[in-house]
Amino acid sequence: MFADYSLAELGSIFVMQGFAGLILFSVFVLMALGLAIIFGQMGVINMAHGEFMILGAYVTYFTSQFFLHFLPSLFNIYFFVAMILAFFASGALGMAVEWLMIRRLYKRPLDTLLATWGLSLILQQVYRSVFGPREVGVELPNWMMGSLALTDTIEVQINGLFVMGLTIAITIAVALLMYKSAWGKQVRAVVQNRVMAGAVGINTEKIDRNTFGLGCGIAGVAGSAFTMIGSTGPTSGQLYIVDTFLVVVFGGAQSLLGTIASAFTISQAQSTMEFFLSGSMAKVLTLLGVVIILMLRPQGLFVIKVRR
Amino acid sequence: MSSDNENSIKFSSMRRKLLMGMAALPAAPLLSSAGLFSTPAYAQAPATAAVNTTGLAVTDTEVTVGILHSVTGTMAISETGSVQAEKLAIDQINAAGGVLGRKIKYIQEDGASDWPTFAEKAKKLLVNDKVAAVMGCWTSASRKAVLPVFEQYNGMLYYPTFYEGLEQSKNVIYTGQEATQQILAGLDWVQKTKNGKTFYLIGSDYIWPRTSMKIARKHIEGHLKDSSVVGEEYFPLGHTQFNSVINKIKLKKPDVIYAAVVGGSNVAFYKQLKAAGIDLSKQTLLTISVTEDEIDGIGGENFAGAYSCMKYFQSLDNPNNKEFVAAFKKMWGEKTVIGDVTQAAYLGPWLWKLTVEKAGSFDIDKIAAASAGIEFTKAPEGYVKIHPNHHLWSKTRVGQAQPDGQFKVVFETPDLIEPDPFPKGYQ
Repeated sequence: MFADYSLAELGSIFVMQGFAGLILFSVFVLMALGLAIIFGQMGVINMAHGEFMILGAYVTYFTSQFFLHFLPSLFNIYFFVAMILAFFASGALGMAVEWLMIRRLYKRPLDTLLATWGLSLILQQVYRSVFGPREVGVELPNWMMGSLALTDTIEVQINGLFVMGLTIAITIAVALLMYKSAWGKQVRAVVQNRVMAGAVGINTEKIDRNTFGLGCGIAGVAGSAFTMIGSTGPTSGQLYIVDTFLVVVFGGAQSLLGTIASAFTISQAQSTMEFFLSGSMAKVLTLLGVVIILMLRPQGLFVIKVRR
Repeated sequence: MSSDNENSIKFSSMRRKLLMGMAALPAAPLLSSAGLFSTPAYAQAPATAAVNTTGLAVTDTEVTVGILHSVTGTMAISETGSVQAEKLAIDQINAAGGVLGRKIKYIQEDGASDWPTFAEKAKKLLVNDKVAAVMGCWTSASRKAVLPVFEQYNGMLYYPTFYEGLEQSKNVIYTGQEATQQILAGLDWVQKTKNGKTFYLIGSDYIWPRTSMKIARKHIEGHLKDSSVVGEEYFPLGHTQFNSVINKIKLKKPDVIYAAVVGGSNVAFYKQLKAAGIDLSKQTLLTISVTEDEIDGIGGENFAGAYSCMKYFQSLDNPNNKEFVAAFKKMWGEKTVIGDVTQAAYLGPWLWKLTVEKAGSFDIDKIAAASAGIEFTKAPEGYVKIHPNHHLWSKTRVGQAQPDGQFKVVFETPDLIEPDPFPKGYQ
């Protein structure tokens, strides 16, 4: 397969391929982060994660339409506004859902699985009825399209770089929030011992609601970013949900570091195999590998300390 | 008995008499032209007992048909257009006097993107509602699910989607193209005009792309001179990351990318192709899975320059199509777009009406027998005719996508292409 190419050409292909793996890695981290917070910190299996992402995507679509029609001069920066709006829209919906539904189910973790799955079906149909069944195309400002030529033969995609930058920023923000802020300390306290946390004066209900809201808000931002690379329709969220769970479960639910490591492993494995084998085969082998590793390590890759 | 034919004969004989100068009624020319252009409003509806011997839902004034598509679930995105087209056709037929003097009433059922549900609803339509025909299904999976039901209870299905072929049933009329109709002419064209020698095949991983690519590969390797396939790839449905395959495409530098990616993957594929700097105005890409409907989601600017091989494009320049597009937009809104399958769905009720009138009966067996040779001259895609194998003769066209999401037709086969659902040498 490589016989006809010069060393330089091969080199640049491998650089680009490495970059493709990194983009996939960023995408995985971005989609898994919200779920990891909710699953890891609260033990809630949120099957409607994809639908929260798609809400963010729709918000992005409507923001782009708004800017196109009313503020065309600012169209170049609409994406940042859209991401902020997406965060708040999905976060608000998440808090409402927590208040209406999830908080009644904390003692029955398996029921949250069923309840959130039902929620995902309801949300899909709501999107379909409100926004229409057809997919919508989100128009991007020109500077976000195309690729950056590093050398004559190496090109990197601008929106890939954008997703990478966004992922790094959000991951750092989440890490700071969780491990450096007073609020994060409270969240971790609630995770470790709910009764004690309540006894020392932490409003556990409020913490729960905000944590769930934060996870959903991050899902919204991810959905917003994915309008650049994927489709926006009522059921598009389903495209991401399997990979998202894969990353979170493989990484070990309680550890942010685990999520990142698992996203890295899966994305590199998948993109490398996709290059050398075919698309379907790569998926099969990736899943197989994950299954085998989970059989050997049921708690996931990176469970450093678990208190029960 | 066909009232329509009877009338035509009666009126044309009247015209003959006129010409012979034996009668000079002032109203006669008017009547005769009305009769010749078949407006059954003037016709006496034949007795129900005569046209319906098997107990279908036919009364003296009405006939009931079924519409069976997904309006919820994943497939709703694709099937919505078909439902709209079928309702438009039924409205138009009713406005023109109905079928055998009877108004068409429809019962709509939702397949909910779930194949067992399709089978169940098909059974309900045939057994409980006794519908005279069903316009429905979209995916091959749903068609395969309902086929045994239609054969067991002897119903009639008008199926609109272009599909992989390898099927033929007395109880189904396939109004979309089968694979060879859609594929071969397009490949010939791309080889000739774009000097395509190396092809990279890429599709979603299920029966339609796999069968289509098999036919494409056989044609490229066996029938096109000096041409070869340099890559063939399938991705799971819903796959959204194509960067690796795009790198592979960059490495292989094929003359032509031949794509049959569907659904949400479609959008991801073209967006990432564009982001990776593959300029579709320079890199030839021919696809058999992107219609105007899909461009809505992909975004016109991401797909501009690519070629799509279909039998119908919304931009077709003929009077039938102009009328159809105007009527469609009037009924469903200015912003709706019309893709290949939507147009094929529109043909269903019309072909059924013409067949019933030719057979002079609503009976399924008589319709099945009378279908071969039915011609529909007002089809938006132009003239179509039903082949004895229950597929349609149709032209194949290649359109180049424009940034506004419409296609510019760049090639059209001069003749109608014969449907060949079981192509020899391609299996």
